[in-house]
Amino acid sequence: MRASFVFSEVVTGLRRNVTMTIAMILTTAISLGMFGGGLLLVRTIDKMQASYLDDVEVTVYLTQDISANDQNCTAEPCSSIRSALENNQAVESVVFEDRNEAYERFQRIFEGQPELVELARPESLPASLHVKLFDPERSEVLVQEFGNQPGVANVDDQNKFLDRFFDLLNSGRDGTFIVAAIAALAAVLLIANTIQVSAYTRRTEVGIMRLVGATRWYTQLPFLLEAVVAGVIGAILGVVGLIGVKYIALDQIFEATGGAIPKIEMIDILFPVAPVLLGVSILISAITGYVTLRAYVRT
Amino acid sequence: MIQLESVSKAYKTSTRPALDDVSVDVDKGEFVFLIGPSGSGKSTFLRLLLREEVPSKGRVSVSNFDVAKMPRRKVPRLRQTIGCVFQDFRLLNNKTVSENVAFALEVIGKPKHTITKVVPEVLELVGLDGKADRMPHELSGGEQQRVAMARAFVNRPLVLLADEPTGNLDPDTSQDIMLLLERINRTGTTVLMATHDHSIVDSMRRRVVELDHGRVIRDDRRGVYGVGR
Repeated sequence: MRASFVFSEVVTGLRRNVTMTIAMILTTAISLGMFGGGLLLVRTIDKMQASYLDDVEVTVYLTQDISANDQNCTAEPCSSIRSALENNQAVESVVFEDRNEAYERFQRIFEGQPELVELARPESLPASLHVKLFDPERSEVLVQEFGNQPGVANVDDQNKFLDRFFDLLNSGRDGTFIVAAIAALAAVLLIANTIQVSAYTRRTEVGIMRLVGATRWYTQLPFLLEAVVAGVIGAILGVVGLIGVKYIALDQIFEATGGAIPKIEMIDILFPVAPVLLGVSILISAITGYVTLRAYVRT
Repeated sequence: MIQLESVSKAYKTSTRPALDDVSVDVDKGEFVFLIGPSGSGKSTFLRLLLREEVPSKGRVSVSNFDVAKMPRRKVPRLRQTIGCVFQDFRLLNNKTVSENVAFALEVIGKPKHTITKVVPEVLELVGLDGKADRMPHELSGGEQQRVAMARAFVNRPLVLLADEPTGNLDPDTSQDIMLLLERINRTGTTVLMATHDHSIVDSMRRRVVELDHGRVIRDDRRGVYGVGR
């Protein structure tokens, strides 16, 4: 097979049908860009989950009475709550924080907002037991067990808040994938249509090729490659688009969250997202091309 | 070289078969006219040889190929042994004369050095040397048909099928094309030409196979188009 011949046919085909080619490349790029965005989001969520869950704890806030009178958690009922927690199989560690320590931490957290610090008094903050679990996902049990014990004001489960946060991110990811799938469908239909148009405009050539005994590969490979070339260009544009969106928008947005959402690194886009997009694009365009040629073009 | 044994071909859309129990045997190097009115089955005859159609019944063979039974992937090999010319020339308008001829070799994977050697030779054979770089629209009808014949012949086929090759040409030009077909025939290529052209058939005095309603009604060694037509 002469590569130069096939290659020149591909270039001619793409140029002859240039508006369709552009449409095909753009939809492919958008669909792949969205898909890549979804993949990056999955990665970001994974990273966040790993780093957050390490720090997630359940805080058992004690009543005003205990907070005021039991400075070291040595009297009842604080001491029994503490030992019950410490003996719990799911618990990794328990740290008691009294009012003053709570106030110090409050001051540290709200360093930037002195008016808030001024308003707060140690007496208005409760003492608490900070509980770290082996498996933070199983905090629910602890909340149920200790929520209604005497001496406990309330149990705050950070995991619950995180769950809501991650739910939001997950639905963002799902939405991205859905839009990507719809765009992919449009891309596939456009590829199929472009190949049909391409085969139709070149029917004289193809007719002659068949008559002089060109093999199926010779007659159809140019069309197939046309789709694949458009797919590859689309994938490259998709990756470039992702990189552009990262620098233009995402970096600033994620920075504004103060590190709550980790930055998307260039390396994350280049690997594994870029090769995945390229592979998916080649696979889909080749399959679409092959099926279209089988269905619509006589050999 | 070409054999049809009791071949019938029926199309689903037609009640009458396009070919009805046709048996024809053409030897290597023969020149055969296939005549008959429109709808008599000439085109179906040619399409069966190219495996554009498969017969409903009977056996078709070209050279050593059992055309009706061969697997699809071998069809290109069959077609490489057959050259075709048509009434409407079927040239590629965006390619020059020599590119049109070279195309037939490129698409079957012939190496470049062969193509650059063979194409000028065949253009000379058909009398188009010096017009290699012209575009088809710059040529007369006769010249365009010569390009088509060069393309059909460039791979040295065993069989040349010509479907009304003079249908669009004036009598003088037609005569030139016939001379060229004779020249190709003299190289040992079997030529099968479907035509309506009385004067050509009468002047050539070659074998004539006449079809009517899908049946062979005449097969003359040295025939004319028909008495009283």
